[in-house]
Formats: sequence, C-alpha cells, structure tokens
Amino acid sequence: MSFDDLLADDGRVEPRDEMPDAYRRTLIRQIAQHAHSEIIGMQPEGNWISRAPSLRRKAILMAKVQDEAGHGLYLYAAAETLGVERADLLDQLHTGRQKYSSIFNYPTLSWADVGAIGWLVDGAAIVNQVPLCRCSYGPYARAMVRVCKEESFHQRQGFEILHTLAHGTPEQHAMAQDAVDRYWWPSLMMFGPPDDSSPNSAQSMAWGIKRFSNDDLRRRFVDMTVPQAEILGLTLPDPDIRWSEERGHYDFGPIDFTELGEVIAGNGPCNRDRMAHRVGAHEAGAWVRDAATAYEAKRAARAEGAA
Amino acid sequence: MSTAWPLWEVFVRSRRGLSHTHVGSLHAPDAELALRNARDVYTRRQEGVSLWVVPSSEIVASDPGERDAFFDPADDKVYRHPTFYDVPEGVEHL
Repeated sequence: MSFDDLLADDGRVEPRDEMPDAYRRTLIRQIAQHAHSEIIGMQPEGNWISRAPSLRRKAILMAKVQDEAGHGLYLYAAAETLGVERADLLDQLHTGRQKYSSIFNYPTLSWADVGAIGWLVDGAAIVNQVPLCRCSYGPYARAMVRVCKEESFHQRQGFEILHTLAHGTPEQHAMAQDAVDRYWWPSLMMFGPPDDSSPNSAQSMAWGIKRFSNDDLRRRFVDMTVPQAEILGLTLPDPDIRWSEERGHYDFGPIDFTELGEVIAGNGPCNRDRMAHRVGAHEAGAWVRDAATAYEAKRAARAEGAA
Repeated sequence: MSTAWPLWEVFVRSRRGLSHTHVGSLHAPDAELALRNARDVYTRRQEGVSLWVVPSSEIVASDPGERDAFFDPADDKVYRHPTFYDVPEGVEHL
C-alpha cells in the first residue's frame, strides 16, 4: 500500500514503510522536541523535591519526575525508529538546533507551582497528547498511549496540591492563587500560535500527525479547566472568561503571543538556566557512561581470552 | 553428531498501528528460513502484516526465581496510580 493510500485509509505508517522525506523530517523534529520537553521538564519540578512539604509529597514528586524521564526515553526510542541516533538528538538540543516546550522556561517560585504545573501544564499536555495516540506514525502513537496513561496521575496530584492549599490558611490560598495567576497564560500558549499563523499545521493535519488545530485544542482545554478552577476555589487571571450560550464554549481574552515568541527565541525567564543545567548534567554524567562502556569492553575481552 | 537447528522466537504484528507480539517459537537453520517457517507456522490465516524472528539465545530474560525481589521497587508506590488521589465531588475531565 502506498503512503498516500495508507493515509487516505487512516492507516498507520510503520518504520520500514516508505515515507516522504518531509514526513520523516517533520516527525523526527516533533518527536525529538517532545522528548527534549520531557527531560527538560524534570527541572522545574525537580527544584522542589528537596523542599516538598511532607514525605508523602516528596515520594509522589520523585515518582512524577521519574515518569518524565521515562517519557523522554519512550520518545527518544520512537524517534530512533526513523533512523536517527539519540546522541545526535541530544547534541542538537544542547547546541540549540532543536527546541523544547517553552513552558519549561518559567520558574517554580513556590511549592504551589508544583501543583499548578501538574494541574495546568500537565492538563494542557494531556489535551495535546491524547490525539497523538492516533497519530499516523505507529511508534509515536504507541509511545503516546503509554505516556497518556501515566500523565493522569500527574494531573491529579497537581490538582490535589492546589486543592489542599486553596482550602488551607489564607496564606496558602494566596500562594495557590499566585501560582495559577503565573501559569495560566503560559499554559494556554502551550497549544502554539493561533491557527491563522501556524504555517506547518495544515501539512501536519494532512499527514495525520496532528488531528486537531491549535485553537480547537486550546478551546477544549479552557472548557475543561474553568469548571475545575471553580471547584478549587481559585480564579483564572482573565476577566473575559465567561460561558457563551450561543457558542457552547467559554469565551476567553486575547493571548499575548509576543511573549511566546520571546520565550521561544531564548528570552524567557529560565532559558539559559535550563540549558546550562542540561548540558552540565550531560557532561557531569559522562564518566558513568564511559565507565559502563569500559567495563563491557573489559568483560568482552576477558570472555574472548577465555574462549 | 548433533545437527539441532537453533531456536527462534517469533513476533507478529497483527495489523498496522499495533506492536509486534510474541506468538511462539520454532527451529530453523538460519534467519531466512526462520522467517519463512514463521510465516507458514504462525500466519497461515492472515494473522499478521509483519514478522520478526529473533534467535532465542539472544534474548536476555529476568530470572523467575528472583521475580519478587526484582519487581519489588514498584510494590509500595500506589501513588503512581491516578486512583490514589481523592477527587472532589463534581470534578470532570481529570
């Protein structure tokens, strides 16, 4: 079956199938960027592991950050089925030739930010990722099934953190509100630019990589999240949010996409820190990788000597 | 002298979009014949659209005797499951 027939039939493309170069390149870029986002995303939350307010919260946060590492690994493995090397992808991240989600360039200033990330950032990620479970490229779709299954714990633990704070002392409530105030707009920007200025969307939709437009997904996220905020007892920092009877959706105010552009361009609050930390961790871990390789070489040499 | 053919593990992708799943094993003298035999043994009724054969000797397996200790780290981490968290009445899409 040809590539076009496969797509027309809503079939899945598998690694050994023929596929257009541009399709392959687009997937490599997207999956790699997704994988990079998972491992860079460990940093903002990792920042609070040592200061989690209880042993229970700490164990949960460690499990969550560990999951992000695992998601990165699923995705790097999916990218490798397209004929690229993981080391090369990491190199492209470290030298700024490939990107990661701009949301991770915002700082985690208080414990409540861990809650806001789980509820809003992971919530937005889930809305983005659920349709990817039906992406036309089989290995990516299968990786996303695993990721989505694990994400739902992430979102719930974030909601629980905020719910606890929002129903605590006035100071705790204020801390939760402040976190939501700072993370709301960046979370909406996670869906990317508006449809009329998203040049690659149409092609990705035609290829079955993307199933819904940026604005559709954003609207879905807002519709899901506004009622949840009411139950939390927190407000969203947008005076224009109100239910529209005629549209059947929540209206919301205009998004400042110049901020998104700035953060993507490298001028977000934490871009330099995130990259410096990532490159530092990679370099500081080199001796462990070298030692494992040397050990295996020694073992193989001994086995050969014994034979 | 023994001329036993090596054992091969067979994995079938039943249709596009699904991963290859282990279905069984067979003996064959080489990879090419293992693939053809696997086709004849395991996909006579169109069970698959893709086949993998892997030499059984190349598979590294966990030790059944060590199972409890090996998988122990996941035993006490119920918080990895969404059902661990209390969701207040009326919350949807969480």
